[in-house]
Amino acid sequence: MNAIRVIEVYPQLLGTYADRGNALALRQRAGARGLRVDLHVVRPGESVPRDGDLYLLGGGEDAAQALAASMLLNDGGLARAVERGRTVLAVCAGMQILGTTFVGPDGAVLTGLGLVDAEATALVSRATGDIVTRAQLDGEALTLIGFENHRIGSRLGSACRPLGRVERGRGNHDTDGTEGLVQGSIVATYLHGPLLALNPQLADVLLRRVAGALPALDTAHDDWAHTARAVRLREGNAGGLRRLAGLLRVRQR
Amino acid sequence: MLSPLRTRSAVLAGRFVGHAYRLSGRGGDGASTRGRAMLAVDPNALHTLAQGRRTVMITGTNGKTTTTHLAVAALGQAATNASGANMPSGIVAAYAESEHPSAIIEVDELYIDIVARQVKPVAIVALNLLRDQLDRMHEVARIGRRWQQAFRAAGALVIANPADPHVAYAAMDVDHLWFDPGLRWTDDSATCPRCGSLVHWRVRRWACTCGLAMPAPDAWVDDDGLHFADGGCQPFSLKLPGAVNRGNAGAALLAARVLGAPLAQAAERLADMRSASGRYASIRVGGRMARLVLAKNPASWRAVMQWAADHPIIAIVNARAADGRDTSWLYDVPFEVFQGRALGACGERAADVALRLHVAGVRAIVGADLDHVARQMPAGELHVLASYSAFTLLRRQAVEAP
Repeated sequence: MNAIRVIEVYPQLLGTYADRGNALALRQRAGARGLRVDLHVVRPGESVPRDGDLYLLGGGEDAAQALAASMLLNDGGLARAVERGRTVLAVCAGMQILGTTFVGPDGAVLTGLGLVDAEATALVSRATGDIVTRAQLDGEALTLIGFENHRIGSRLGSACRPLGRVERGRGNHDTDGTEGLVQGSIVATYLHGPLLALNPQLADVLLRRVAGALPALDTAHDDWAHTARAVRLREGNAGGLRRLAGLLRVRQR
Repeated sequence: MLSPLRTRSAVLAGRFVGHAYRLSGRGGDGASTRGRAMLAVDPNALHTLAQGRRTVMITGTNGKTTTTHLAVAALGQAATNASGANMPSGIVAAYAESEHPSAIIEVDELYIDIVARQVKPVAIVALNLLRDQLDRMHEVARIGRRWQQAFRAAGALVIANPADPHVAYAAMDVDHLWFDPGLRWTDDSATCPRCGSLVHWRVRRWACTCGLAMPAPDAWVDDDGLHFADGGCQPFSLKLPGAVNRGNAGAALLAARVLGAPLAQAAERLADMRSASGRYASIRVGGRMARLVLAKNPASWRAVMQWAADHPIIAIVNARAADGRDTSWLYDVPFEVFQGRALGACGERAADVALRLHVAGVRAIVGADLDHVARQMPAGELHVLASYSAFTLLRRQAVEAP
């Protein structure tokens, strides 16, 4: 089959938390399955192509986020891709600018792309730390693990549903227990990590949307992802080293 | 000049606590603990102890400790927080330990305003402002604005890096000397600190459509030495590796000059330095010698890769508070350049490093034990690139003077 076209939207502006790693993880994973992924970077000011298979938006700082939003609104390419049912994965600031409003550098409420039914509002305090959620996507139950870092959260409207429920961490808003959102072909979340490196099952769900049934992977392929997840799930750093030693002994090959 | 009774009591309290700390065998020199004891007795101790001295503050995301060490060496002697305790508690301990009339102090990026207010420096060296410890630093732009206010209040000469838009903007309307260290960290300066739109880079210079642009340097460094816009040049040689350290050395020479050292003498004193506070020190791991390097964020990895990419490398990464709890930054390090080779992965987050290397298509030699991994690494000059907390533990093993 043809190469999978992954569009990275303005990573220079929306890439503060190394969410470019999502593109790298997808490419590596698809390659391991014998599928080719072409990464196309859209630089700020360039047009977003509407024929991509998968669109990635990462997190960014306030001024960068506002700039990205105004450029995307003017350009229209991302909105057209969504109309055509293309999958968009948006993280943190990327998620916020897809909503009806988001918060700008001086606390001003700015117009978002209006592609998802969510508003950005301030959290009671910055949410920073490991986050674990139980999520559902395309009929699969997923445990998502990542790192969140945001002082603005999201209130979801009725036209979208949460991606998951928070087991550890803060998520979308202070106490509502939801994390991320799904609306149409858009998947959004506050999980950095990068998300798709730490959550190979989610990466596969997204690849299936584009490529259908996936060729098999070597069983050992995800060993390091599983070990990294186990270290975070069990104790974070304290005891992480002991856990790692234990897991390495188990994994001896 | 006799300091007030309160301050003298504070200093005594610090010494007592320091003694107890050393007896407890906790390692390190307890500077921050002593400092906290002093400040508890006299919250004004920093102001009092710094009075009457000429202080140069050194700050930035990368290179603070190395530059501070180089500057002290270049000057010959000064009060300094040699151990890198760079918040008020560590700084007050540095002033208490030495009565030298010159002080060269490393200061954490988030404490510039508080410290400058109390020590009233004659100069502040602002090296760079980059993404680091995202869970603590939050936003580069925000810190830049705090620096701008701190510089205005301080009334000191700001020796600032014009190639870093956030640093340049912060120093633009105060007394400044533009010092270009040579290195460019372009990825971290995507948006203009003034208007938020995109900064353009052309031939190593940046400019924004709003009119903000890189100021012309007053001084800069190249392989020959430290150059000045009026045509002067001070040659210098350095045993520390890489272009990044030539930049740090240039800043150090300027700091020493501000404090009265003639440049030629200062340059001569720099020539013999082999390590700086553990950085680039030799350590023994797995029965072989290795060079210990602090590599704590993408910018420092890229700087090290400029001179160490062909050597066998072990990455040792933790995610404690001092390292930044989020290891996502590993994905901004271009590990892909190591395809075809193997890298060692150690530390509490060895699994995160191994995963990153796997995504990069690089073979990983992983272990909880650094000695064990070192024994498996290929021949060559082994380099251990450590995140902050791992570095702090390893530097105690330095074979040379740390």
